[in-house]
Amino acid sequence: MSSTKTSPEQHQSNPVLSVASVSVEYATKEGSVKALRHVSFDIQPGEVFGLAGESGSGKSTLARAILRALDDNGSQTSGSIQYKGEDLQNLSPNALRSLRGSDIAFVPQEPAKALNPSIEVGEQIAETIREHQNLSESEVQSQTIEMLRQVNISDPDYCAESYPHELSGGMKQRVAFAIGLSCNPDLLILDEPTTGLDVTTEGKVLQMIDDLIEEFETSILFVTHNLGVLAEKADRVGILYAGEIMEIGATKDVFTNPSNPYTQGLLAAVPDIDRDVEIEAIPGEVPDLSAAPTGCVFADRCEFATEECHEGSIDLETVTPGHETRCRRLETVQSDPIQAELRDARTNYSGSKILEVTNLKKYYGQSSFVDRLFGSESPVKAVDGVSFDIHESETLGIVGESGCGKSTLARTLLQLLEPTAGEIRFRGESIDMIGSRTLPQLAASQSKMADFRKEVQVVFQDPESSLNPSNTVYETLERPLELFTDLTQEERENRIEEIIQQVDLGITYLDRHPHELSGGEKQRVAIARAFAGNPSLVILDEPVSALDVSVQASIINLLRELREEYGTSYLLISHNLGVINEICERVAVMYLGEFVEMGTTEEIFQPPYHPYTRALLTNIPTTEMDTADRRVYLEGDVPSARDPPVGCSFHSRCPQKIGDICECERPELEQAADSDTHTVACHLDEKEMMVPLAEDIEESDR
Amino acid sequence: MSNTKQYIVKRFVYLLATMFAVSVVIFGLANALPGNVARTILGSYATEDKVNALEAQLGLNDPLYVQYLDWLHGVLTLNLGNSIKYGQPITELVIPKLLNSLQLAGVTMVIVVTIGIALGVVSAVKHNGRVDSVISTFVYAGVSIPEFVTGLLLILLLGGPVFSVFPASGYVSPFESVVGWGTHMFLPALTLSIVLMTHVVRQTRSEMVEALNSEYADAARLKGLSRQKVIIKHALRNSLLPTITVIALNFGYLMGGLVVVEELFAYPGIGRLVVGAIRNRDLPLIQAAVLVIAFTYTFGNFLADILYTRLNPQIDYS
Ligand SMILES: Nc1ncnc2c1ncn2[C@@H]1O[C@H](COP(=O)(O)OP(=O)(O)OP(=O)(O)O)[C@@H](O)[C@H]1O
Ligand code: SF4
Ligand code: SF4
Ligand SMILES: [Mg+2]
Repeated sequence: MSSTKTSPEQHQSNPVLSVASVSVEYATKEGSVKALRHVSFDIQPGEVFGLAGESGSGKSTLARAILRALDDNGSQTSGSIQYKGEDLQNLSPNALRSLRGSDIAFVPQEPAKALNPSIEVGEQIAETIREHQNLSESEVQSQTIEMLRQVNISDPDYCAESYPHELSGGMKQRVAFAIGLSCNPDLLILDEPTTGLDVTTEGKVLQMIDDLIEEFETSILFVTHNLGVLAEKADRVGILYAGEIMEIGATKDVFTNPSNPYTQGLLAAVPDIDRDVEIEAIPGEVPDLSAAPTGCVFADRCEFATEECHEGSIDLETVTPGHETRCRRLETVQSDPIQAELRDARTNYSGSKILEVTNLKKYYGQSSFVDRLFGSESPVKAVDGVSFDIHESETLGIVGESGCGKSTLARTLLQLLEPTAGEIRFRGESIDMIGSRTLPQLAASQSKMADFRKEVQVVFQDPESSLNPSNTVYETLERPLELFTDLTQEERENRIEEIIQQVDLGITYLDRHPHELSGGEKQRVAIARAFAGNPSLVILDEPVSALDVSVQASIINLLRELREEYGTSYLLISHNLGVINEICERVAVMYLGEFVEMGTTEEIFQPPYHPYTRALLTNIPTTEMDTADRRVYLEGDVPSARDPPVGCSFHSRCPQKIGDICECERPELEQAADSDTHTVACHLDEKEMMVPLAEDIEESDR
Repeated sequence: MSNTKQYIVKRFVYLLATMFAVSVVIFGLANALPGNVARTILGSYATEDKVNALEAQLGLNDPLYVQYLDWLHGVLTLNLGNSIKYGQPITELVIPKLLNSLQLAGVTMVIVVTIGIALGVVSAVKHNGRVDSVISTFVYAGVSIPEFVTGLLLILLLGGPVFSVFPASGYVSPFESVVGWGTHMFLPALTLSIVLMTHVVRQTRSEMVEALNSEYADAARLKGLSRQKVIIKHALRNSLLPTITVIALNFGYLMGGLVVVEELFAYPGIGRLVVGAIRNRDLPLIQAAVLVIAFTYTFGNFLADILYTRLNPQIDYS
């Protein structure tokens, strides 16, 4: 059901959108920022055009320039944007208004923010229809419901009356699509429509986009930094860098024969579960755009760059008809492309156990007196009896959808939350304060706790909120040294200089404040802080999910290097299986507070699978071009942890459910037949976990 | 939506508890005041015997909690005895005055809400423009000048010496003359409004500026909605919630302002009644009037809270 890839020659006639030599500048205090320079491309009727590039490359600027909705300080300084032959810059405000939402529609990046929190979602769709179509109110209402049905909302009447906060992330994104499609636009602009959704939800939204393409025959401008998504969905792609198109062509051509060093670099930075490669980051950063660069914009980061690359202006060269690249050294680049190297085989660590967790539970919201007075509520079982070990120098990955309890697990391990039950042993000793009855016991456990806090450090997802904005980098790094070591002032200084260089930031960074750092730099500082006191275990909670592909690759490589240097163990929490595959030796798959499968990374990524693991794996968009339609769709969202299904907790969504047994009997983690390190909690037998699933097993998704 | 109902019930229980606590405090304070009720009633020349007899008759020799329960019973049955000074039943004194004050408060609130929100919206839409700075100056002045000054200025300007447009004192019932009611109401209500309004303007402005810059306002524009719809339907709706909180908080301020303004404009309301009662050491009347003011205040907050939950779909009911 994937979109039919059209060849560029197929319809050359009247493009829906024609972007010709468009430049956009933003006026700032430091001078004008040249965000786009002479960008040109066309979108044909029914075509899906993908636009990719790192953050800061100008993707959203372009989308907003088309909508004539640039920020107040931005302006289009050259070129023209024509919609069906009409220059959008010449439109009157009224003409523009009637075009927006009706002919050209926009689906924003974060529906959570783009939906009005205090208006029912049905009304937010209806108002668009009312504005642009001459319909009676009852027709408006019935079309609203129809739109919700089109985007696969299972109970449209109920959904229409809900407020955004009552819907899950995936449903909000569907509503945003319903708004965009409500007036049957000829051009739909999607800005990162699946970023921030977890794999299974992303899979469903992508599937829906396919159906919508067939149904509505809309042209789409698909903006994303996720190359895997573009490989699957776009007919043609443009790769944008620092405001210029670096490469453009049919998706197949660009992905199988990347002919620009930048495209090659991006592709090599994407973790991919189908290839065992060591991802590579593109060195350096997007250049400062306040000065017009001479020569190739990518020259400072390009490993092929020579003197000539820094001079003159570089034009697009034709690789094959319809496939163009902006590079002077095309032949060298094509004959010796940048590719990720194959990775060394994984080590199996069986050294001493550093962390042992037994039957750990964390329940939220044990009800208060008042709650009981007004009818009691059962607790949310965010973590419900998990057990695992981490060995010296080993990395254990924990993967699962959003809301399955990963962060709660991390916080409980860190003693930021008090466990409801279970035991945590660190280097063989229990670190349980609750068990201490006498004063000496308490003192002993307190000193153990202090030890634990020194040895176990954490890096969170959002470097923004985990660094104190008023502290310099130096102060941030000094804090753990003061707390956990007895180094002298001078030794601390030496250690700080050493560690800041180990995370590839110069000592000049030490005087900066967080607001002077990019997202990737902040995350490096957070990592430096975690490593400063030489911990033996670092808990990484989604350490790269807020970052760009290339930055993500550089952070993963940094984590790998630090692990080699210090022999540190990691507990890596992520919903991104590609990232897990990159650096974990063992993986646990988590669903509704429990582990449903655990084993070495190879065992997890190959059959036999737990049905949930299989669904997660098959939903990852990949840049490989030959993948057929093989998704396993999961119905609905993760059920509430307040009231998890009885029997197998996954039975409400399991595509392979075998009947009553799944609904009544809770499967325990049991050893799988293939290996003694592999455990699975499922009633299926070995063979059923191995067989490839036929297409018809795909559940209709909601 | 049983959650909402539960919340309202819970909130109502708190309301009753608060009222109970308030009544205890008021009763306690009144009893801690120096002076003897029986002697106040009988005058300084009464004999000790007569005073003692009256004290027994009034139950002043009973233990305090019995006196409190008696009083509470009186409150609940709206039978609070007689005013010492006027000799009339207290209920008959308090209720008409309370109604007068509520009219003044109501008119004030209407002015505050409509004009305050309108000015806030305008200055947010004209953000950093000339209109905005004029409004900001007005707001600044409004906060810094106390009520009795604005009140006097308004009396001087519109109440006589310069332009004799509005009467500067008294009250006319709307059943007698609607115009009279309006004109008498105008100056005190305006005086009360100015300070309160400045808070509302400020709050609305800052909320509106944020809402107009939000992604949902942006998305609404990109749907092709008109400017008015984006401002009123999308931005204002979200800005009103915090504004309502400010208005609710201002309710307490309004009760305090009433005392000053009623004195200034000789307006026969509950504030003026309390001042008079204090002057006359009319203890039962003080107790009753203060209690009524406190109840009105807590009840007003309760209503604002309920309104807030009705308007905000996202409130956490726990
Ligand atoms: N403070 C809290 N009170 C009540 N419930 C909570 C609280 N924090 C989390 N939960 C619930 O616990 C469950 C697990 O939450 P948690 O944040 O640990 O999941 P997660 O897998 O890490 O999600 P994400 O990937 O979105 O971060 C969810 O159902 C969540 O709603
Ligand atoms: S022109 Fe030179 S610097 Fe630019 S991409 Fe090609 S080889 Fe690299
Ligand atoms: S036990 Fe049954 S419902 Fe649970 S995962 Fe296995 S097959 Fe699916
Ligand atoms: Mg999480």
